[in-house]
Amino acid sequence: MSPSTTPTPDPALAAGSGAGASSTRPDASATAVTSSTPDASRRRRRRSAGRIGQVHPLVALLWLLPALALILGVVLYPAIKLFQASQGQYSITGLRKGDAGWDNYVKVLQHEDLGTVLTNTVIWVVSVVAITIVLSLALAQFLVKQFPGRRLVRWAIIIPWAASLVITSQLFVLLYDYNYGIINHILLSLHLIGQPIDFLGDDSWTMFSMVVVGVFVSLPFTIFVFIAGLGAVPDDVLEAATVDGASPWQRYWNITLPLLRPALMIATVLNVIYVFNSFPIIYTLNDRNPGYTHDTTITFMYKLAFKSQEKDVGMSAAAGIFNVLLILLVVAVYLKIINWREETSR
Amino acid sequence: MTATTAPAAGAAAPQRDSRPAPPDPKRRKRILMSVGGALVALVFLAPYLVMVLDSLRTSSDVKSTPPSFLPKVWQWDTYAQVLGDERFLNWLKTSLIVASGSTVIVVLVAIPAAFMTARHRFPGRGAFLLLVLVTQMFAPTSLVVGLYRQFFELNMINTYGALIITNAAFNLAFAIWILHGFFASIPLEVEEAAALDGASRWQILRRVMLPLTLPGLVTATIFTFIAAWNEYVVALTLMIDDDKKPLTVGMRAYITGYEQHWDQLFAASVIAVVPVVILFAVIEKHLVGGLTAGSVK
Repeated sequence: MSPSTTPTPDPALAAGSGAGASSTRPDASATAVTSSTPDASRRRRRRSAGRIGQVHPLVALLWLLPALALILGVVLYPAIKLFQASQGQYSITGLRKGDAGWDNYVKVLQHEDLGTVLTNTVIWVVSVVAITIVLSLALAQFLVKQFPGRRLVRWAIIIPWAASLVITSQLFVLLYDYNYGIINHILLSLHLIGQPIDFLGDDSWTMFSMVVVGVFVSLPFTIFVFIAGLGAVPDDVLEAATVDGASPWQRYWNITLPLLRPALMIATVLNVIYVFNSFPIIYTLNDRNPGYTHDTTITFMYKLAFKSQEKDVGMSAAAGIFNVLLILLVVAVYLKIINWREETSR
Repeated sequence: MTATTAPAAGAAAPQRDSRPAPPDPKRRKRILMSVGGALVALVFLAPYLVMVLDSLRTSSDVKSTPPSFLPKVWQWDTYAQVLGDERFLNWLKTSLIVASGSTVIVVLVAIPAAFMTARHRFPGRGAFLLLVLVTQMFAPTSLVVGLYRQFFELNMINTYGALIITNAAFNLAFAIWILHGFFASIPLEVEEAAALDGASRWQILRRVMLPLTLPGLVTATIFTFIAAWNEYVVALTLMIDDDKKPLTVGMRAYITGYEQHWDQLFAASVIAVVPVVILFAVIEKHLVGGLTAGSVK
C-alpha cells in the first residue's frame, strides 16, 4: 500500500521517520495521535478546512440513518432492556413475574461474593494492563530496529490477536494441565519444580495463570500501538542527544518516553476496557471451579443469569448496569485524554 | 541501539568506524538481534505450534504422561474426520453465514456514514461521531443480558439474524473510523472535479471516492469478518440449539465430562484459526489506526 493511500498522512511523520520503518509501520493515523507538534496540527487543520462541504442536516441524517438504526436498535435498545430487566423479577425460565424496583441492585450489593469478585476484577485489570504495557514498551522498542527477519517476527506476534480468545483459552487449559500439560512437563524437566503445579485448580495459582493468558493476548495490539507511537519520535533529536553524550537510558527516559505519552495513555485506556470486558479467558480457564472464587464482574454477571442455581435475570441485569456504568466512566476518561471536544469542533 | 532506522545508522557510522574494531561488531549485533527476534517469535508461536502438533496426535497421545514434543503417531485423518463431522459442518456453516452477513451489513452501512462525516460538515456531526466512539468501547459483553432479553422478546433466540445484526452493530465503529480516515485523506480537488462534471453526491462516492479507498474497504471487510468469526459471548448466549452454534461455541462440545476429543478440538481450531491469521496479516498495517480511532485527526 502506498503511503498516499494511508489515512491522514501527517507531515511531521514523514519528516521524522526513516525509510525502513515506513514499510511495515501500522496505520499512519495512529501515529498522528502521538505527534501533535503545533506546526503539524496547524497545517493539518488548514488542509482539512478546505474540505468542509456544508450539508443540510436532513440530507446528512439520510446518509447516517442506517448506521443510526443499527446503533440505536442493537446497542441502545439492549441497554434500555438491560435497565428494565434490572428492575424486574424473573422466574428461573426467564419470564417476568413483576416489578422488583431497586431490589436487584440491593441483592447484588449484598451478594456474599461481591467482595471477592470486585477484588478479582481489580487484580485482573490492573495486573494484565500493567504487565502488558511494560512488556509491550520493551518489545516495541526492539521491533522498530532494523534486523533481518523483523517482518516475520511481527507476523508471529499477530497470531494471538487474530486467533479467537476461546481457542487460545481452550489451548491454555491443556498447556496448563496438571498431568499432561507441557508447561508442567518443561518445568519438571528443568527441575524448577519438584511436582506438577495445578495451575487452574489451585486457588493460589488460578488468577496468576489467567493473567498470563490475558497478557499474552493483549500484547499484540499494545505492541503495535507503541510501534506506531515510536514512529513519531524524531531520529535527529535522539542523535543530537547521543552526540551530547546522553546514555541510552537517559535518551529513552528524557526523549522517547515523553513523546510516547499519548500512545501510552491511549493504549492504557483501551486495554483497560478490553481487559475489563474480556470474557472467554476467565470463563474458559475457570470453567471447572465452582462458585465465584475467580470470577470478575463480567463473568459474575453472566453466571448469575445463565449458570447459577437461581438463574436470576433481574439480578444479573443489575450487575450488568454496574458494569455499564464502570465502562462509561473509563470512556469519559478516554475522551478527556484524546481531547474529544477539540477534535470535533474544528 | 542508536540505530532505530536506516538513515540514523548511516549518520552514526563514521564515528563508530573510527574505533579500533571495524564493521564486524555491528554485523554481530544484527545477527544477535535476529536471534532475539526469533526467540520473541517463538514465544508467541509456541502455544499454537502445540495446537497444530496436538491436532496430529491420537487423542490418547494428547493426554499422555509425560507429554512428548512430537506426536508418537502422525494422525492426519483427524482433519478428514472433523471435516466429515456433521456437527462441525453445522458450526462452520453458522460461522460463515454470521460472519459474511455481518460483514455485508457493516460495509453497506459504514460507507455512507463515513463518507458523510469525513467530507461534510453539519450540525450533529460531532454527536454522531461520539456515539460511534462510545459504541466501540461497548463490547457486547456488558450488554449481553439486555441483548438476550431483547431477542427473547422478539422471539429471535437461535436465529442467525440476531447474531448477524449484533455483530454488525458492534463492529460498525471500527469500519466507520477506518473508512473515515481514508475518505478524509483524499484531496478535495478530486471531489471538486467530479462535482464540476455534474456528478451527484452518490455518483461521487461510487465512481470517485470508493475506488480510492479500496485498501480501507478491504481492511474494514476483513476486520469485521474476523471479529464476527471469533465472537463468543453473544453466540454462547443466543444460540442454544447445538446445530445453530458457530464454531467458537460449538467446538467446546469436543471436550465435555463425557467425551474428550482433544485431537478433534485442535484440528477444528487449526481450521478456524489459520485462514484468519493470514487475513489478519494482510490488514495489519491499518488495524491500530481503526482501533485507536477517535483520536483520528
